[in-house]
Amino acid sequence: MGRVLLSRTVLVGRLAGRDLRYRPAQAAALLLVIAAATATLTLGLALHGVTSQPYQRTRAATNGPDVVAYLPVMHRPGHGSSPPAQAAAALTQAAGVTGHSGPYPLVGAVLRARGAAAPAQAEGRSQAPAPVDQPKLTAGRWVRPGGVVIERTFAGALGVGVGDRITLNGRPFTVAGIAVTAASPPYPNLCYTSGGGCHASPPDQGQHSVATSIGLIWITAPEAGRLATAADPVTSYVLNLKLSDPARAGAFARRYDAATPGRHPFGPVSVTAWPGIAAADGLLVQDEQSVLSPGAWLACLLAVASVAVLAGGRMAERTRRVGLLKAVGSTPGLVAAVLLAENLILALAAAAAGLLAGWLAAPLITNPGAGLVGSPGAPSLTLPAAGLVVAVALAVALAATFVPAVRAARTSTVSALADAARPPRRRARLIALSARLPVPLLLGLRLTARRPRRAVLTAASVAITATGVVAVLTFHATAGQKAFGGSGGLANPVYDRDEQMLAVLTIVLVTLAVLNVIVTAWATVLDARHSAALARALGATPQQVSAGVSAAQVLPALPGALLGIPLGIGLFAAASGAGTRVLAIPPAWWLAAAVLGTLAAVAGLAAIPARIGGRRPAAAILQSELA
Amino acid sequence: MSEAGGIAVVGARALRKEYGRDAGLVRAVDGVDLDVAAGETLAVMGPSGCGKSTLLHLLGGLDRPTSGELWLAGQRIDQLGERALARLRREAVGFVFQAFHLMDELTAAENVELPALLAGVPPRKARRRATGLLEQVGLADRAGFLPSALSGGQRQRVAVARALANEPLVVLADEPTGNLDSEATLDVLRLFDSLHTAGQTLVIVTHDARIAATADRLISMRDGAFIDQTLLTGGSAGNLGSLAGLEG
Repeated sequence: MGRVLLSRTVLVGRLAGRDLRYRPAQAAALLLVIAAATATLTLGLALHGVTSQPYQRTRAATNGPDVVAYLPVMHRPGHGSSPPAQAAAALTQAAGVTGHSGPYPLVGAVLRARGAAAPAQAEGRSQAPAPVDQPKLTAGRWVRPGGVVIERTFAGALGVGVGDRITLNGRPFTVAGIAVTAASPPYPNLCYTSGGGCHASPPDQGQHSVATSIGLIWITAPEAGRLATAADPVTSYVLNLKLSDPARAGAFARRYDAATPGRHPFGPVSVTAWPGIAAADGLLVQDEQSVLSPGAWLACLLAVASVAVLAGGRMAERTRRVGLLKAVGSTPGLVAAVLLAENLILALAAAAAGLLAGWLAAPLITNPGAGLVGSPGAPSLTLPAAGLVVAVALAVALAATFVPAVRAARTSTVSALADAARPPRRRARLIALSARLPVPLLLGLRLTARRPRRAVLTAASVAITATGVVAVLTFHATAGQKAFGGSGGLANPVYDRDEQMLAVLTIVLVTLAVLNVIVTAWATVLDARHSAALARALGATPQQVSAGVSAAQVLPALPGALLGIPLGIGLFAAASGAGTRVLAIPPAWWLAAAVLGTLAAVAGLAAIPARIGGRRPAAAILQSELA
Repeated sequence: MSEAGGIAVVGARALRKEYGRDAGLVRAVDGVDLDVAAGETLAVMGPSGCGKSTLLHLLGGLDRPTSGELWLAGQRIDQLGERALARLRREAVGFVFQAFHLMDELTAAENVELPALLAGVPPRKARRRATGLLEQVGLADRAGFLPSALSGGQRQRVAVARALANEPLVVLADEPTGNLDSEATLDVLRLFDSLHTAGQTLVIVTHDARIAATADRLISMRDGAFIDQTLLTGGSAGNLGSLAGLEG
């Protein structure tokens, strides 16, 4: 039994390997398609946890707080504003607290620099280093009278550096330094955890309102007090706490946070633990993941469609081989095993190539952002992640080749040896409709009707590609919004990185789609060579036949391209999170251009194999049918 | 002018078709001169591989000669582009193949009307003409049948009807009875005889002496060249017709 199994395994391997060597171009195409999909998936998986190390380094470098509390403002006539002393004392003296800094006043302000205006949160600080949360300078010096320090990501968005002049609520300052902190998330996610601390006046309005995309600056405490106006008063005070057991920071925060149900003797105090801040730091990368992950799955779906066409074509060429195997005694199971083995071997090789490519490309995208120090180190590609990539590659190959393999195994030996082509489907209505069309469309519609499954695959792959393209267009339309919650004229690092991710994804999807169109068109050319030769013998020009092959790809591509519009908008909405961004539908002319461009690309690409296939004289093809 | 005395519909001068080169050079057609008059039926016979089918493909513009001249309806065609050749095949030539070469997914009527549609004939007119042609070949009741539901002889008759769709100047038939049994062969023989009687110009490549017997002229071919020519009309038609089994 074991010997039989061994010999069959050797046979399967030998037949599969020989066949792969005999048709290297097809094998290479299969490999490329699956590798592209697995590389994209690897990139998505590599983003997990990419900010955890940099955040810990930043915490260590700045002696970052374990807990950050935002205290309400006490207004006393004639004495200005101050933090609630009782609340501050209770927190700093609470059990487990080993150190603190603050409370520091937070003032909303409008920052103007280099012709741009942006809402900012000014934190009033002492010139002396703080025992907890002393932001780490990456350039320049710490705050001084007339000199402010800007959070690094915010400074990058503003395009300002040390020595540049800015104004805050109309008052002139100089940028004394650039720094990073672990006490709050970097721009533009500052308000993600600060609870009631995020208030600023819109640059073009005089009203007090909740804003997003606020940047953090540090300023001397007296100047923070002078910065406060009736329109932009001190909004809260921030208190940084160190605990004896950082692991209990979450419990500490829940105990004192006003959002926790129960009695709160100190009023509306908002308390955040360091894991929450770390998670907010990961928003930048999380956004990338929300783009890359669905994109990777789109690429995998496209790969399935491409592999299905490639595998189907390979199976059709092996019909006689199947007959030979059966004639010498192979069981249907062994026949299917040989056919599956070839594609699974390719899938494994493609998974390895995709893992390697994704792992090498990961450092290009796993930058944790300017708001943290250090790099994430080597991309984290764990064994489970690698296993998932391999499993997906095998699943793609299996999904696409299982049906053709089973069909081949069930083919009768005599039919297989006769190598009879699979008869085309007849669609009477489409044939009747095509008679009213110009010759290229007549030929194209009839070619499409012959192989409905291939037409569905074409439509699906175009729909997937169009979905990706429309999602990109929706992103750009949304990014172009001028709402106060948007970038307000500043570079937004979230959008910049998302744009890079989308560019990568678009390239992958378009590459796969191009391969798919060419492969499908080639399969159509091979399948229809007799019909095409006959049409030429009956008077169709080579150009008409070539146009017919192109039309056979464009006709199913049209519904696919149209379907991509709602799917793409929906994908963007789902990936960006409902309610976290205002969704903007791309202008109609953008969408029309996307659809028409897709169809033009399909027609042009399909013309390549059509022209190549048309070079062989019709007489030779018709004569070969006799042989 | 053709040897039969009429105006030549199809002509060739020093026609050559070669494949390969040096030691592998094959002369499929080697210096053929030919004229076919309007209304004439010409049969070309010879052993397998003598170049009969290649000659037919050259005459119909399906293949290009290596050298020599080709004429169709007074126009030289050996130097025409693909588009012009395609128009020629639509308007002036009808092909009948040994393997029928019908589209499996089209009915008999749809197969017959296909050349007309390719020529831009309105669909209704094309369908009317197809129906009429099927009636002419005795298959009016099979118009809606797929090729798989037709016998070999019926398929070949559909192919003949298709060849006549655009009222061609000449019908080129390559071994039209090669894949048929004797009864089906007789059906096709009668059909070609009726076309001949109606004045259709025919060039038939065949192994079958019975088909050749219906011709006005018989050319024997070997190794790509003509080796013999026999006039078959002028006193022998009735006897040869009975020899071919076409009586009644």
